[in-house]
Amino acid sequence: MSILITKETNFIVQGITGREAVNLTRENLDYGATIVGGVTPGRAGRDVYGVPVYDCVRDVVAQHGPVEGSIVSVPPGFTKDAVFEALENGIRIIVVVTENIPRKDVAQMVELARMRDARIIGPNCLGIISPDEAKMGGVGGPAANTRQAYTKGPVGIMSRSGGMTTEIASTLTAAGLGQSTCVSIGGDAIVGTTYAELMPLFEADAETKAIAIYSEPGGRMEAELADWIREHDSRLPVVAFMAGRFMDEMRGMRFGHAGTIVEGKEDTAAEKIERLRSAGIDVAERIEEIPDLVRKRMAERS
Amino acid sequence: MRFYEYESKALFARHGLPLGEHRVATSADEARAAATAIGGPVVMKSQVLSGGRMKAGAVKFADTADEAASLFQPIMDAVVSGQTGRSVLVESKSPVAQEYFLSVTWDGRRKQPVLLFSDMGGIDIEEVAETHPEHLSRTHFSTLLPITPRIAKEAVGAVGVTGGALNRITPIATELMRLFLEYDLTLAEINPLARLEDGRFVVLDGHVDMEAEARGRHKKLLAELGVQEEETRQARPPTDFEIRGRQVNEADHRGVAGNVVEFDGDLGLVIGAGGGSLTLFDAVRKHGGKPANYCEIGGNPSVGKACELTKLILGKPGVEKIAVMMNVVSNTRVDIVARGVIKGCIESGKDPKDVIAIFRIPGAWEDEGFKILAKHGVDYCDRSVSMYEAAGRAVAKMG
Amino acid sequence: MAGMFIDVRVDASIAKDAEIAKKLEEVCPVDIFEATDGGVALVEKNLDECTLCDLCLEAAPKGKIEVVKLYER
Repeated sequence: MSILITKETNFIVQGITGREAVNLTRENLDYGATIVGGVTPGRAGRDVYGVPVYDCVRDVVAQHGPVEGSIVSVPPGFTKDAVFEALENGIRIIVVVTENIPRKDVAQMVELARMRDARIIGPNCLGIISPDEAKMGGVGGPAANTRQAYTKGPVGIMSRSGGMTTEIASTLTAAGLGQSTCVSIGGDAIVGTTYAELMPLFEADAETKAIAIYSEPGGRMEAELADWIREHDSRLPVVAFMAGRFMDEMRGMRFGHAGTIVEGKEDTAAEKIERLRSAGIDVAERIEEIPDLVRKRMAERS
Repeated sequence: MRFYEYESKALFARHGLPLGEHRVATSADEARAAATAIGGPVVMKSQVLSGGRMKAGAVKFADTADEAASLFQPIMDAVVSGQTGRSVLVESKSPVAQEYFLSVTWDGRRKQPVLLFSDMGGIDIEEVAETHPEHLSRTHFSTLLPITPRIAKEAVGAVGVTGGALNRITPIATELMRLFLEYDLTLAEINPLARLEDGRFVVLDGHVDMEAEARGRHKKLLAELGVQEEETRQARPPTDFEIRGRQVNEADHRGVAGNVVEFDGDLGLVIGAGGGSLTLFDAVRKHGGKPANYCEIGGNPSVGKACELTKLILGKPGVEKIAVMMNVVSNTRVDIVARGVIKGCIESGKDPKDVIAIFRIPGAWEDEGFKILAKHGVDYCDRSVSMYEAAGRAVAKMG
Repeated sequence: MAGMFIDVRVDASIAKDAEIAKKLEEVCPVDIFEATDGGVALVEKNLDECTLCDLCLEAAPKGKIEVVKLYER
């Protein structure tokens, strides 16, 4: 099984005629995705790799029936409205690829998504992949590269970095450990879905036996995860990797993703490592330690 | 992006928040003139992007205009977290009866803005939270529904404030919430808001941060406040090297080769992407390496862009070699980066095989990339060598 | 002059064809071709930007354009 998406999930691409969107449309189709349409205002009637383009999400739904998901890849100033459009047309899982969206817009999208009982992944993310099942977003790149890095198996991945999602998957694959579902949750200060919010889904997924996370300084997401693990007595062992330890010495400077700026004591790398460990989460010193730690912890629980 | 106090107050003034009479002085003479115009005792505050001014001697009080003039230079020279003043804010000083704390910021867990209010203003709010939690209220509010006074009223009332104070503070807090959203702020703080002995309410000090991503939407405001486009307002101003890094990134819209930060080591880093750069920078330091810079490449930059970034880093005094490393790439192409980096070495008059300590970028188009690297004799590796090991190999080659 | 990594060779038989020149200018994502009064011209500074997409090979009669990877020589 997988979480969030299945082989049957149909979706659209909003902003489909843009440079990055064209790429990810092809990559997703090659990986077996069902993309029923694309939306770029003013470009109705065209097609991108055989996917028909419409002006409005409404028109896709009118033509093809209910749509489950959308990948949003439009410029930052237009993203909020694109997400609103998806939500108001009944779409319930939205992957927002766009970077550099102001927090207010993200908060507004998230608030409307909650009202509509929908879920946003991202922004500033590469999306979701359940190896050999489905992929929604640019995660893993071209289908051939994706198959090289991602294989089916017991480990769920959640990562604030899209690139590191693939690095971790590739490392697990090389060690003979496949993945159930991998989610690039996004690098911004506010994201649609946090580690802790994905945990119940992984918890309910029989295929998932362990979790690996990639994490960074900034924000409170790791604290939230640590609290969740403690409160729910999770069956899933979690192994974490924390990048950006050097940033602890450089308060107020911004490195990496928008979400990494350290604003208080609680969101330094050292503080986060402490919190994760106190909740029983293993924190790997290097990426290549993750497979052994995962194996060891899975063996302890079985 | 942090605002100076005088900029914060200019923003508050637009929303009708009550301020004491104040002027900005950039010389002793201007300080004297300001104090004369204001009349009576004044407080003089160094304009720096940091808290802790009082402790550093960057805030002083003057009873006369002459005193204000003589205090100007010592205030400007006071060092606060490594910064000295850009100017001095001269403001009327009146007896205070009570101080309050108001702050609006984002709560990343709730994904909503939160209004923090306390009737114990003027002191460290974290201390209040710890020792007097009943004196601090946290009130989340919607980003979609209109901001109406009842939210602020509940926040103020929650700590037991009632009577005239409740009715005076409520509109101030309401405006603070509105300007927080209107200007895409990440922090809008008033600390303290004072009730003066004569009954007036005055914002004594304010701290405003605007989200860097939203600067483009507020160009008009920033121009009116006098904030220059090149001001990053990070913990320290950008160096020439960093400014040139930004120029490299902006000269070509294809992909990213940017976020260059200067360090003083000898190993130049051409690294990516967002998370990969953080991971690799840690790894280089763990191996005892001395990075000359931080940077991020990603989003499939053009050959020209990778080339210019390489030239910038190789041209930095003290850089002996560069390490070219990324996580397994998906949309950035190995061959394109390889071409750019090799070209950058050659155009810098260096032999790629001598100056590239390691090339570790596995992923999209790696076979093509590895052919290019092999042709030029560059030491490269695939994904079987971890990011950590690759960093170690680069550091081992340094003298 | 070739690039450092990539050279593009246009067969003499199509080099002066205005229509093909225009097509090549349109399809190349990195602007290697320019349609001039004299036919196809190569923009040297863009040669190394070639993404090996092969769109130019499809736009011209078969075999008339060759993209040479100089690093394979």
